[in-house]
Amino acid sequence: MTIARIYITYKPTVLDPQGNTIREALHHLGFEDVNSVRMGKYLEVELGTDDTSKAHAEVEAMCQQLLANPVIESYRFDLETDR
Amino acid sequence: MKFGIVQFPGSNCDNDCLHVARSVLQQQADLVWHEETSLAGFDALVLPGGFSYGDYLRSGSIARFSPVMRAVTAFANAGGLVLGICNGFQILTEAGLLPGALLRNNSMEFHCGWVNVRVQGMESPFMATYQPGQVLRMPIAHGDGNYVVDPETLNRMRENGQILLRYCDAKGDVAQDANPNGSVDNIAGICNEAGNVFALMPHPERCAEAALGGSDGLGIWQAMVLALAAAPLRA
Repeated sequence: MTIARIYITYKPTVLDPQGNTIREALHHLGFEDVNSVRMGKYLEVELGTDDTSKAHAEVEAMCQQLLANPVIESYRFDLETDR
Repeated sequence: MKFGIVQFPGSNCDNDCLHVARSVLQQQADLVWHEETSLAGFDALVLPGGFSYGDYLRSGSIARFSPVMRAVTAFANAGGLVLGICNGFQILTEAGLLPGALLRNNSMEFHCGWVNVRVQGMESPFMATYQPGQVLRMPIAHGDGNYVVDPETLNRMRENGQILLRYCDAKGDVAQDANPNGSVDNIAGICNEAGNVFALMPHPERCAEAALGGSDGLGIWQAMVLALAAAPLRA
């Protein structure tokens, strides 16, 4: 079994209205040091394989085809194989 | 001619579109369930508004993989007329049939109300009943209508005349405070390079009869009928 931990974030050029709203709320709470907040998505995908290179290729394809939108988002992931 | 209104799980403007096609335009029209693989017999397609698949992951991202979308893509690539409304706009960008993407409104609020949009001066089978610069009053209802696209593509879209509708004030000025969602360039509606796929965030099916408080959206539907009468193409 392999667990893929996938992080999807907006590209730096894309404005993030949710992140900006959270930044304002943090300022209201007194966290004035907060320069910026970027909000993204975190997914855990469980795969029934122990083959790390196969899992890597599959998760890469999943991110490109569905999980991230390459127009606005970038992604990275790590894999944990439980042998 | 016959309209196909594509119905995804979570579509909620499908029957409004069907009503406009049948009762207002007096044309044939049928709903097309998203599991259909053939669009044979249809002359024009509509991807209606709603919340397909609950807008999970990203608006339109799951609907884009519905079985029917393969046929929609083939129809669009063959030059067939495809109209996307609201969620339909989001699905068409996710499917790569239109450039760019639609993000959360910059206000973080769901906007529901009437807006003004300005018709850009361009030859389009969807705009033929309007005058360039004409101001249309249309309703919007969306949370993710903030259109983004990279600057290079935006320039190309401008040069090709792909930006068909822009948010404006009542006088037709494309002002920033007339922009309800933060869309780049006040963009409300765009078409593809070939001009046969058009989508907009406002709802032309909700303003196609005077009884609904306005009929400025009817022209888009009528323009589609005119275009098909001139150059029929059947799926």
